[in-house]
Amino acid sequence: MKVAIIDYGMGNLRSVEKAFHKVGMGGAFITDDPAAVASADKAVLPGDGAFDSTMLSLRRSGVDDIVLEFIASGRPFLGICVGMQVLLTSSEEGDPDARGLDVVPGRVHRFPHQPGLKIPQIGWNTLNFVPDSPLGVDLPGQNSAEGGPMAYFLHSYYCAPDNPADIAATTEYGVPFCSALHRDNVWATQFHPEKSGPVGLAILRNFARL
Amino acid sequence: MLATRIIPCLDVQNGRVVKGTHFLNLRDAGDPVERAALYDAQGADELVFLDITASHEKRDLMFDYARRVAEEVFIPFCVGGGIKTVEDFRRILKTGADKASINTAAVSNPELITECSKNFGAQCVVVAIDPKKTGTTPSGWEVYIHGGRTPTGLDALDWVREMEDRGAGEIMLTSMDADGTLAGYDIPLTHAVTQLVNIPVIASGGAGTLAHIYEAITEGGAQAALVSSIVHYGTHTVGEIKDYLADRGIPVRRVSI
Repeated sequence: MKVAIIDYGMGNLRSVEKAFHKVGMGGAFITDDPAAVASADKAVLPGDGAFDSTMLSLRRSGVDDIVLEFIASGRPFLGICVGMQVLLTSSEEGDPDARGLDVVPGRVHRFPHQPGLKIPQIGWNTLNFVPDSPLGVDLPGQNSAEGGPMAYFLHSYYCAPDNPADIAATTEYGVPFCSALHRDNVWATQFHPEKSGPVGLAILRNFARL
Repeated sequence: MLATRIIPCLDVQNGRVVKGTHFLNLRDAGDPVERAALYDAQGADELVFLDITASHEKRDLMFDYARRVAEEVFIPFCVGGGIKTVEDFRRILKTGADKASINTAAVSNPELITECSKNFGAQCVVVAIDPKKTGTTPSGWEVYIHGGRTPTGLDALDWVREMEDRGAGEIMLTSMDADGTLAGYDIPLTHAVTQLVNIPVIASGGAGTLAHIYEAITEGGAQAALVSSIVHYGTHTVGEIKDYLADRGIPVRRVSI
């Protein structure tokens, strides 16, 4: 199986590739070639940095259209971190006119100012997957008394999909927020599964099995 | 709930892990990648590599071990040491590091922090600050650079605030007075900084007992504790540190064995 990790000049791509290899997905590869993405079985859009500059990079490289075409084909697609946020309609971050890919209707918000709430959120926090979410099955620590599986977050903004049915997992940080989403063949995580130890590897394995 | 992080720090020189006292008297503590895998298995939440390699020709060793760590260890890590330009920063992130820390170069060129934050996002820009109690600045704490050898005249609290304003995502705060003493973190310094800024603070320098780590979090208000000697020489494992904290009500991430 071929998993295309889309390279548009941003994001920590090698870690994502290595993590897929670690879970037995030797067919995961990094590419900036539209034809290679188009012929892959699954595609992954990583992302770091700001919403507006990420959208700018996607548009400049023409990757925005490649992503939209891939998603329209119905094959499984995974966005990671800012690669999740750009799937939404708009963001509070940066240029107010910057539009997202609008695959999942909704807006990206900044965490609220609250006493003691440090921004960015940096570190491991608990994932509460909706029941029977295919991405959240058989995670290490899921049934432990110590509070469930944790994943690594590194962000100041979070996704708020308009339709609650698009939420696949929630996490608390000052407010409850959408830490994973799912709409048809589109999946996305705000956390970094490639940096979330055994829990993250299990989530990537689950995606590979979709 | 967000877990308090325990972060082993590996000082690396010429591709080997070393540890000294007050930045001096370095002792060998092993291979970086082996150490990284060991702490990952113990449940470390993140890793920090501080490269103190002096010779410029050996700088490529940094990229070699960072690359190997990224291939074998699936937790976040930060690399610091000798970063002077946006291009240096980009190169480190390209190896698979999630963050890079800047210390001396932030003082000589504060604009570097602004630029890196703009280019790569605040979340990966860690500013390392090494204050020492000299009594010569308004807060009493003065920023030192060059691995603790050079005083700058800068007030540590003013400097922390400027770094936050310029887009730092995190502060790694190493007390020069406490580092390597195993006598406990500098709690007044840690508390002053965590109260001042709205970004996460990693307390560093001085951990010798489990209670010291607990104090840095509760009294100091730190979001993370950097540990080195206490784990490098087998005094405690990361798992033991977390058990101790969990027993006292601190949220931590446990790994099942």
